[in-house]
Amino acid sequence: MNEMRKSSKRIAFAVLIVLALLFFSPIVIVLMDSFKDKFSISDSPFSWPTAETFCGIDNYISGIEKTNYWSAFGYTLYITLLSLVVIVLFDAMTAWYVTRVKSKYSSILFNLLIFSMVVPFQMVMFTMSKTANLLHIGNPTGMVVLYLGFGSGMAVFLYSGFIKSIPADIEEAAVIDGCSPIQCFFRVVFPILKPIEITVAILETMWIWNDYLMPYLVLDIKSVKTISIAVQYLQGGYGSKDMGAMMAVLVLTIIPIVVFYLFCQKYIIRGIVAGAVKE
Amino acid sequence: MQKSLKKYAPFFTLPTLIAFIIAFLAPFVMGIYLSFTKFTTVLDAKWVGLDNYAKAFQDSGDFIHSLWYTACFALVSVVSVNLIAFILALLLTQKIKGTNLFRTVFFMPNLIGGIVLGYIWQLIINGILANFNETVNADSRFGFWGLVVLMNWQMIGYMMVIYIAGIQNVPDELIDAAAVDGASHSQILRHVTIPMVMPSITVCLFLTLTNSFRLFDQNLALTAGEPGKESQLLALNIYTTFYNTTGYEGVGQAKAVIFFIIVAAIAFSQLKLTRRKEVER
Repeated sequence: MNEMRKSSKRIAFAVLIVLALLFFSPIVIVLMDSFKDKFSISDSPFSWPTAETFCGIDNYISGIEKTNYWSAFGYTLYITLLSLVVIVLFDAMTAWYVTRVKSKYSSILFNLLIFSMVVPFQMVMFTMSKTANLLHIGNPTGMVVLYLGFGSGMAVFLYSGFIKSIPADIEEAAVIDGCSPIQCFFRVVFPILKPIEITVAILETMWIWNDYLMPYLVLDIKSVKTISIAVQYLQGGYGSKDMGAMMAVLVLTIIPIVVFYLFCQKYIIRGIVAGAVKE
Repeated sequence: MQKSLKKYAPFFTLPTLIAFIIAFLAPFVMGIYLSFTKFTTVLDAKWVGLDNYAKAFQDSGDFIHSLWYTACFALVSVVSVNLIAFILALLLTQKIKGTNLFRTVFFMPNLIGGIVLGYIWQLIINGILANFNETVNADSRFGFWGLVVLMNWQMIGYMMVIYIAGIQNVPDELIDAAAVDGASHSQILRHVTIPMVMPSITVCLFLTLTNSFRLFDQNLALTAGEPGKESQLLALNIYTTFYNTTGYEGVGQAKAVIFFIIVAAIAFSQLKLTRRKEVER
């Protein structure tokens, strides 16, 4: 029995190693191609750089220049962080209200928010971008309104599930002690919600950071590009495709994600599980 | 408490409500209305009844094609992603050395954005097809399998994480008891583990299904629908109807409404299914 378990574990380990290598190889391939000159990449994408094909960091220099990478990175970071602050705060407020106050207004608002999670973006993309233009919010700061509106479904849903699981006694006690509902929310409720705030923040980050279509339709992309738009623009632009610059930019987009992942792994995994349980 | 809080409804809900109306509610209602009209900007809409819906199905048949293409793609991806993710979750709950490292590697692709994923796989698939003098956008079958591989690479880690949590929640006593009763590994898997992780399985099936149906960025980056419109999934088909075909905005909006109904129907049946199971328990 013991022998069998040992050998089956060995087989499992071997299977995992092979799969892990397969999973990792696309990133390695892009990484090694990013150091090869642009002509040799499409000829033989799977070979290591050689003395002839190695081109140092030339691709990175041209990639950063062609996509205006730092500007795209800055805009993406700005939009993501600002949206997160707004979503985490305002949706906690909304969720607390609609969960604690039983009224027609609460239940209609809550159900509409949940409903919005089911609707594919294509359903509203045209009318939403027209509305955004009309209201002059087609800029990085204005986009926050759109992300709050479109991201509230998931956030309120997660918050509300969490709020239901905490007893209202603590809040009642705070009010009896003379807190107004606003003080009660900021001093008592908001701190208690911390675990689910992290979950909401992580799940919304994974969406907003990588989002392509909404910013593409709403922003004036001649002057403002997010990372996803910059990558698409590099490939879709006219003239000959510069595979070298492309590979370098792909690597540059993956690095911040890996850093984010390594720092927040625990919370990301927890967030996904928490999100799935309440789905 | 409820009474005093009720007075603060504007303070607590208005910011979200206003953003929600601007970003979702008004566009959604307008979208339904516009699907029955002919328009190029929103202001010049003229009522045409069901014309757009008829046109969506009649003209050139690319919508029907993309519908089938999406359904097949969703079916293949749902099965493969969940099967592999479940097997990985089983392996990673066996207390094997390096479990954390494996989990990290399998999950990482999920965080990469759709556009970037599309170009990574375009490079790799074109590199392989170059041996046969082909490219990924030369034949819709290449695009199909390319998208399936891409989807697997992206989604397996996410589903694996959910499955691992589900498997870890199965009480050890239950498995020990079954083992004492003489159940084999496969019997324990079939009669104990799988029934116990059923809630995770439903969630994962639902997530992969809706994600496959909504896929857009990856499709745009990998093949952009080429050759012709043959490798277009629904979302991309709707997008090109809107923005690349003048005079067809109304048809695009009608297609979007149909798309919405399909996705909503999937979500609704999933909800009913879970509710029924919860009652049984």
